Amino acid sequence: MERSLADTHVATSVGLAHHFDDVEQQREAGTLGMWAFLVTEVMFFGGLFLAYILYRSKYPVEFAVASNSLNVTMGFINTLVLICSSLTMALGVYFSQVGNRSLLILFLILTMILGLTFLVIKGVEYHEKYVEHHVPVRFQTYQFKWEPRASEARGAREESSRAVDTGHVEMFFWLYFAMTGVHALHMIIGLGILTTLVLMARRGRFTPEYHSPVELSGLYWHFVDIVWIFLFPLLYLIGAHLH
Amino acid sequence: MQVSMPFSPDQASSYSGRVDSLFAFLCVLTILVGVSITLLIIYFAVKYRRRSEEEIPRPVAGSMKLELTWTVIPFFISMGIFVWGSSIYYTMYHAPKEGLEIYVVAKQWMWKFQHLDGQREINELHVPVGRKVRVTMTTEDVIHSFYVPAFRIKLDVVPGKYSTVWFEPTKAGRYHLFCAEYCGTGHSRMIGWIDVMEASEYQAWLSGGATEGSLASSGEKLFQQLACITCHRSDATGRGPVLEGLFGKEVQLQDGSKVTVDEAYIRESILNPRAKIVAGFQPIMPTFQGQVSEEQLLQLVAYIKSIGPKASGETGAKPSAAPPAGSPQTGR
Amino acid sequence: MQSVAEVVPPRTHYLNATYGVKSWLLTTDHKRIALLYLTSVTFFFFLGGLFAVLIRLELLTPQGDLVQAETYNRLFTMHGVVMVFFFLIPAIPAVLGNFLVPLMIGARDLAFPKINLLSWYIYNVGALFTVIAILSGGVDTGWTFYTPYSSTYSNGNVILTGIGVFITGFSSILTGLNFIVTIHTMRAPGLTWFRLPLFIWSHYATSLIMILGTPVIAVTILLLALERIAHIGIFDPAVGGDPVLFQHLFWFYSHPAVYIMVLPAMGVISELIANMSRKNIFGYKFVAFASLAIAVFGFLVWGHHLFVSTQSVYAGMVFSVLSYAVAIPSAVKVFNWTATLYRGSISYDTPMLYAFGFIGFFIIGGMTGLFLAALGVDVHVTDTYFVVAHFHYIMVGGTIMGYLGGLHYWWPKITGRLYPEAWARFGALVVFVGFNLTFFPQFLLGYMGMPRRYYAYPPEFQVLNVMSSAGASILGVGYLIPMIYLMWSMRYGPHAPPNPWGAFGLEWRTSSPPPTQNFEQTPVVTWEAYEFRPREEMDLLSVRDVLDQTLRPRPVGGEGD
Repeated sequence: MERSLADTHVATSVGLAHHFDDVEQQREAGTLGMWAFLVTEVMFFGGLFLAYILYRSKYPVEFAVASNSLNVTMGFINTLVLICSSLTMALGVYFSQVGNRSLLILFLILTMILGLTFLVIKGVEYHEKYVEHHVPVRFQTYQFKWEPRASEARGAREESSRAVDTGHVEMFFWLYFAMTGVHALHMIIGLGILTTLVLMARRGRFTPEYHSPVELSGLYWHFVDIVWIFLFPLLYLIGAHLH
Repeated sequence: MQVSMPFSPDQASSYSGRVDSLFAFLCVLTILVGVSITLLIIYFAVKYRRRSEEEIPRPVAGSMKLELTWTVIPFFISMGIFVWGSSIYYTMYHAPKEGLEIYVVAKQWMWKFQHLDGQREINELHVPVGRKVRVTMTTEDVIHSFYVPAFRIKLDVVPGKYSTVWFEPTKAGRYHLFCAEYCGTGHSRMIGWIDVMEASEYQAWLSGGATEGSLASSGEKLFQQLACITCHRSDATGRGPVLEGLFGKEVQLQDGSKVTVDEAYIRESILNPRAKIVAGFQPIMPTFQGQVSEEQLLQLVAYIKSIGPKASGETGAKPSAAPPAGSPQTGR
Repeated sequence: MQSVAEVVPPRTHYLNATYGVKSWLLTTDHKRIALLYLTSVTFFFFLGGLFAVLIRLELLTPQGDLVQAETYNRLFTMHGVVMVFFFLIPAIPAVLGNFLVPLMIGARDLAFPKINLLSWYIYNVGALFTVIAILSGGVDTGWTFYTPYSSTYSNGNVILTGIGVFITGFSSILTGLNFIVTIHTMRAPGLTWFRLPLFIWSHYATSLIMILGTPVIAVTILLLALERIAHIGIFDPAVGGDPVLFQHLFWFYSHPAVYIMVLPAMGVISELIANMSRKNIFGYKFVAFASLAIAVFGFLVWGHHLFVSTQSVYAGMVFSVLSYAVAIPSAVKVFNWTATLYRGSISYDTPMLYAFGFIGFFIIGGMTGLFLAALGVDVHVTDTYFVVAHFHYIMVGGTIMGYLGGLHYWWPKITGRLYPEAWARFGALVVFVGFNLTFFPQFLLGYMGMPRRYYAYPPEFQVLNVMSSAGASILGVGYLIPMIYLMWSMRYGPHAPPNPWGAFGLEWRTSSPPPTQNFEQTPVVTWEAYEFRPREEMDLLSVRDVLDQTLRPRPVGGEGD
């Protein structure tokens, strides 16, 4: 019984790629692929976390003092924003599973709005740091400058009158910008993915049988959220006791 | 037992022979393994060559015993090699506390040597036979690597820290010194010589050289010039710790931890005074980063060492202090 | 090889199914993508080879007289960058792996065909950056980019080259991802893990390394770029950074990377030995697990590149002992391959010659690894030509022999043509002789003390250098010979039957070349690994009738049964 590929491919399922035997196999492949990809992301961020661990253990005081200069309020709001966005994303996935197109689109858009909010707040924070000359670069027109603040002097007394080395403070800031910057880049990519999902949803591409793009994108979004959950305390909260 | 390998440089240090012995063993092992497997493959390939296009040989069962054997035996051989290699490494990288001190500053693309008595050499180092030589090194710019094939020793020099090797030359002669870590355009020409001389010739060479005074005295001059004396006085009235008798001791820092006052600590404290402050002192020492070169740092280090507790450290400047022949460093 | 008298090639197959440049540049067929990669990696192999020729020409004389020092430094750097990132890492996985993985497991394509195509484009974008870097003067830091030379002092195109490598890394990650998912989810019914060809096991292990290791070099390059552009201070001791940290980060990827280069070659060798002796690989499970062990242990030994870097002596000891641990599984493989020959039916066709060559070179390369893992010896020979010889034995004597052996073995399947056997054997011989003459003297040079990356050297090293350069010229010819006759065979070679070798494996149970969808029907596997049977029993056309009667084939396209 010769069956050519063309014959059997007739309208089996929307979205079933020709090289898979059935939707189950395709779904399995997609899910495993996304998890494997997230593992690579862990390794990518891992390098930065490793550098953080190394330099923080070398210069604990400078890290505490530098972290103290970050805006904890904004960081905290951002954390809440991201957690809520994970909630809206999860709801979006749920509605794609039950086939509710309008609510799916609504929650995808809500997720995007929250993501955008995160980025805007981040931008404000970066601007603050820029103005305070805390961006750790050395150009002709802009140099990193560290002026100890009043609270630091108090904190410094608590740390048995140890003064800080600005070079080591600078270590903290490049880690801050590198880690949050790479994270923000992933958020932007996530927004792009969500936009694509919204467009696909509007065209009716998702059904209860086929909605894995939404699920897989959900995985990605949750991962980016979890990275932030680690970044926030490590970057913002280690100097809190110095107030 | 000293083994001599073909294609090897002179064996000119006390551990060269140990390296060559291990190398020779590894060569023998490699030849044994390589030849036996090659012969076996040739034998099988000939004996079992395909005679007809359609033949299908009978499957051969695997053998757990064989697998275990050829896993466990190589494992034990490897562990033996590991232990042997580690013990040589340990010797190479644990410099004796006393020895003829040489300070080295590497830079693109030359080696600058300083003897304690003030002799300066560029790209050529004179040392006597039979004395342990401690070489403390740093670099002004990029990473280089101090490599003397005849001594079988190599160690990178890294900016921002001191690295120390030692060797005991056993044979007079002139041996290559190479930079072994790629460092830019002039990497291939960052080479020089180690001149190992008999003890008497070495003394002659030392006294013949024009010097500006010993390394330590240059350091003392610098100490005055940079006004270190203002805070680091010999009595306890200064704002900084007393430096006499300090080198080599353990001190307690502000955060409670302890540190030994060695070359690295002194260098760090000059360049980055707030890093490790001794308990009981204020963080008021200014930094001298950018005001002292690596060589000047070594002079200061040598000075502080010279006013440290007197170990039987050799400076090489005073002929009367030269140890008698057959002194206890041979230990073989 | 089977007599080629009356072979009729299939009318439609993947090469002639569609025509036109677009059908190639926008293909999602893994087989076509493999050929796209073949073109790219071949180009870069010869580019890297050109740099090598210039290097060896310069080293004929002790003085630096052919090129300037600066140029020479750029030559060896670009030789390393091009060969490592644009040839050795992708060659076997992206060419042979892409072509064969779906065929060997009975699938129609990889799990993510479009991502496969994307990976080729990403490779080319990265390659473009690197080529631009080369054309605008290249970079002179060594392929290892050590700081602070690369971050502060070098005036070469560090960032451009770094971007090129960074981007190409994603190509590697996507390939690895594709393989892992494919092997997990798309095996034909009946194809359990221990019935898989060892080529698949090797590529699975390789893919693990690709996805876990490559992101680390990406972040390392990112940090290097930040340091170089903005002087943020990570590797700058003046502000508390550590230049040796770069070495740790760099080698954390780059050591596993060498296993990315050699594991696929080992997979090829397993296939060649098994099929060219018509026997199951002795200790199949041990070889399979050895691949995984190499992948895992490979991540634990990076510090053996830092024995003289001022790393702690005790850390050195830990890395040394782990380095011996990673050598054991490789040795186990060699013993198992040798044992496979016992009571086999051994063919002397070219692929087998390359397999024998591989084993010989790999023994030398691997054993000299033991020299380097021995701390006391490493202090003397690291950063000398001893290391250069060691890694060329593994990468050229190992990986490239595996690549060429595999290329010859699967050439009939890939192109539907047979290559000329006599010329091929001659070429293999030339490569073997040229290789030994080039690289064996370098072991001696290294022990004598000649450092690497030297453009001028003391005169006592000249004789061995001349030998090495002479060998290099022979080796170069040796690589050109297959290039020529393989291309010739694509047009004028005799047509190949589906299974010219009488080999085992699903890829041999479809036509040469295969149809676009690989198999007329998804095969069902009822046999164990390397269960050789007479050729007719392994032929798809007769097997299919058996299947029809006894087993339910898995339907194509989702229709239930």
